[in-house]
Amino acid sequence: MIEPYSKILIVGCDGCCQPPRSLNEAKTLGQMLELKAKMNGKDLKYKAITCLRQCDDRIAGSTIKPHIEDYEAILSLACGIGPATLNRIFDDILTFPAQNSMFNGAESHGDNRYEEYCDCCGDCLLGVTGGICPVATCAKGLHNGPCGGQVEGKCEVGGYKYPCAWILIYERLKKFNRLDLFTKYRPPIDYRNMESPGHLTLLEEYTNEEEEVEE
Amino acid sequence: MRKRPAFSQLCKAIKEGKFVFTGELEPKKILDLSEILHSAEEMKKTKKIIAANVTDGPQGDAYMSSLVPSYMVQEKVGLEAVWQMTVRDRNRVALFGDVIAGAVMGLKNILTLTGDHTALGDHKKGKAVYDLDSTQFCEMLTKMIDEGTDYEGNELVGGKIEINFGCVANPNALPPYLEPEILKVGRKVEVGVDFIQTQTAFDIDVAKNFLKELERYPVPVLLGVFPLKSYGIAWYFDKYIPGVSVPKDLLGALKKAEKDNKGDKKGKYAALDKINIEFFDPFIKEIKKTTKAAGIHCMAVEYERLFMPLLGDYEDLI
Repeated sequence: MIEPYSKILIVGCDGCCQPPRSLNEAKTLGQMLELKAKMNGKDLKYKAITCLRQCDDRIAGSTIKPHIEDYEAILSLACGIGPATLNRIFDDILTFPAQNSMFNGAESHGDNRYEEYCDCCGDCLLGVTGGICPVATCAKGLHNGPCGGQVEGKCEVGGYKYPCAWILIYERLKKFNRLDLFTKYRPPIDYRNMESPGHLTLLEEYTNEEEEVEE
Repeated sequence: MRKRPAFSQLCKAIKEGKFVFTGELEPKKILDLSEILHSAEEMKKTKKIIAANVTDGPQGDAYMSSLVPSYMVQEKVGLEAVWQMTVRDRNRVALFGDVIAGAVMGLKNILTLTGDHTALGDHKKGKAVYDLDSTQFCEMLTKMIDEGTDYEGNELVGGKIEINFGCVANPNALPPYLEPEILKVGRKVEVGVDFIQTQTAFDIDVAKNFLKELERYPVPVLLGVFPLKSYGIAWYFDKYIPGVSVPKDLLGALKKAEKDNKGDKKGKYAALDKINIEFFDPFIKEIKKTTKAAGIHCMAVEYERLFMPLLGDYEDLI
């Protein structure tokens, strides 16, 4: 993707990860790309910076713009929203993704794992499933599980290594004596809420634009 | 049984209190239905098997769609089909479209299933659909049958479809996983299934206990049994089918029978059949005698020669 360019700006994103990891990631990626370029007999110049949140066009714009200088391309370490935002706000330079964004996850520091917890379906079931989302954590996204692919609480997808979301939901609701929620039939969700492209417009009273200016 | 009429021969026989048998056909990557039709023919000849399930991409593999083989079995052989439909590959629009197509083709039974995930099949990179889950698909069928509408309530031109449908249940879910399995079946009963066909169980006590648990629902249950045509099939089933384990002594006996009769096809068949009959004959008799099961779903795929020796004692159904 970035082979044709000899000067690139690498931009980390602090939004969903603990600084200074984002900056370190950008620096490490730069060193690796520089090394790879050298092996191919090329000279790559890069600059590694980071940004508070690439998903906010105001923050990303003001943070990154002063660094663009004469760089030929931007390489974004954010999720897919980063390169999309940067391409939108920096019309005169191409931004490339450095990551394959996989899911909306939460970080578990004990075992350095990220787990997917939300698919942004727009029809939240967490209130009736003991806080465990079957859309995101059941391999089939079932609303009325478990299915026949569950064996001793493990899921057929992934070789019976991962827990069956519906067994977790059952256990959690049973613990709180709320199996009434488990047994209740849940109709299909409204997939219009999940359709792309998604749009949301904040009401003016929630944007607090003026108050911020006054402060 | 719910108040819904019995449209199919299968549900009519159950309603009449007969102990029924269903068989199983598995269309794979084929361009020719002759073997499927031959198996169906053999089932029909027994007069003991009232209907044949036609599988829909088991283990997530890309096989022939179950719609046309189901129709052909009815049309060419005159044996009723239990058309298996998974929600893995079709969204609600496609499911609806296929169901009315099947209704027009004269299909009378649907077995609803979630379907093994594409990750288990031979197109692992494919997108699994699961727009509706199997319970929600049951609700859709209830609307089509009882109200004559699609899922959104739009009227079906020509009235209501005349189909009975069932769901599956897994007797191999042992405590503490038994309760969520039973409660899940309860949702499907509430939504309106006409019958239940279970996954196979090899342990008679497990099977009996499961049937006992299902007695709380007013829906007939056909217990699944899986005669083992060869050691290879038994081994595969034991290893790859979720939750199913074939007893070790049965596996050992099959292996020995094949080894002892190497090069003697006739002798091997006789030995394998003997093992199966010795295991399943008392098993089925015990189920019939001591439980409220409405019948047996006999998944003897391509194992027609066992039908008569195993089912010969039971009353004719067709």
